[in-house]
Amino acid sequence: MTVTAVEKHPDTLSMTITAEFEAPPERVWQLWADPRQLERWWGPPIYPATVDSHDLRPGGRVEYHMTGPEGDQPRGYWDIVMADPPRSLVFRDGFANEDGTPNTDLPDTESRVTIEQVGDGRTRMSLESVFPSAEAMEQILAMGVEDGFKQAIGQIDAILAEDQVAQA
Amino acid sequence: MATALDMDRVFAALADATRRDIVVRAIAGGEGVAELASHYPMSFAAVQKHVAVLERAGVVTKQRFGRRKVVRTDIEGLRVAQRLLDRYEELWRGRIDRMTVLIQDIRDTKEAKP
Repeated sequence: MTVTAVEKHPDTLSMTITAEFEAPPERVWQLWADPRQLERWWGPPIYPATVDSHDLRPGGRVEYHMTGPEGDQPRGYWDIVMADPPRSLVFRDGFANEDGTPNTDLPDTESRVTIEQVGDGRTRMSLESVFPSAEAMEQILAMGVEDGFKQAIGQIDAILAEDQVAQA
Repeated sequence: MATALDMDRVFAALADATRRDIVVRAIAGGEGVAELASHYPMSFAAVQKHVAVLERAGVVTKQRFGRRKVVRTDIEGLRVAQRLLDRYEELWRGRIDRMTVLIQDIRDTKEAKP
């Protein structure tokens, strides 16, 4: 199991997820710092992400878009608050208009990433996200919900397969 | 199932520290608005307003016990917030799974090279 802990606080609308990887911290940092790697994990498989610009320095911005199955292209950006390679990254994750400018009608999410070596080539990464409102959360989930959908289909397939075995 | 409107109300209701404190106190469900008000350096009317916001969001309900009305936390309201966080957790579990595969892929490629 890669994910080692999840803490959720419905009262303060925050979540911390912790994972461990079989790699040094520099390698885990590359997942964030290399735009070509970032776009391979940020979007769900049926909403792949394309990074349009990438400046991971404090005050810098990362701009991306995702491409959906219907050709829809939701856009987003990160405003980098703090970056200390390969240890920590703080950014505000927001939604962008079609022209790439920040959509100020929607609130953003603050995310804090902490990366630390835990010995023997293993690295712990924790991500804390704080949501300002349900609206922000709904929007974020609307972009990521396809994952859950795919999982649900996988579960249905598994159940159907079991039924067939039972009937045979 | 709660609607999106309900969720917005729940989150707006819980965005305030005093209201969160009221929610915690009202889990026991033994106090009325007057008793709750005695815990805070604000007027009865102000506390009554906070309770009303929580009530509209469905986070607390007022229940009658004999002649008294007590404020009680409705756990279902908090469950809505919990469900949203559950979905966010799934989103990040998916991302972390892809990170793990990516680290493994690139290491395999390097090791395959002579």
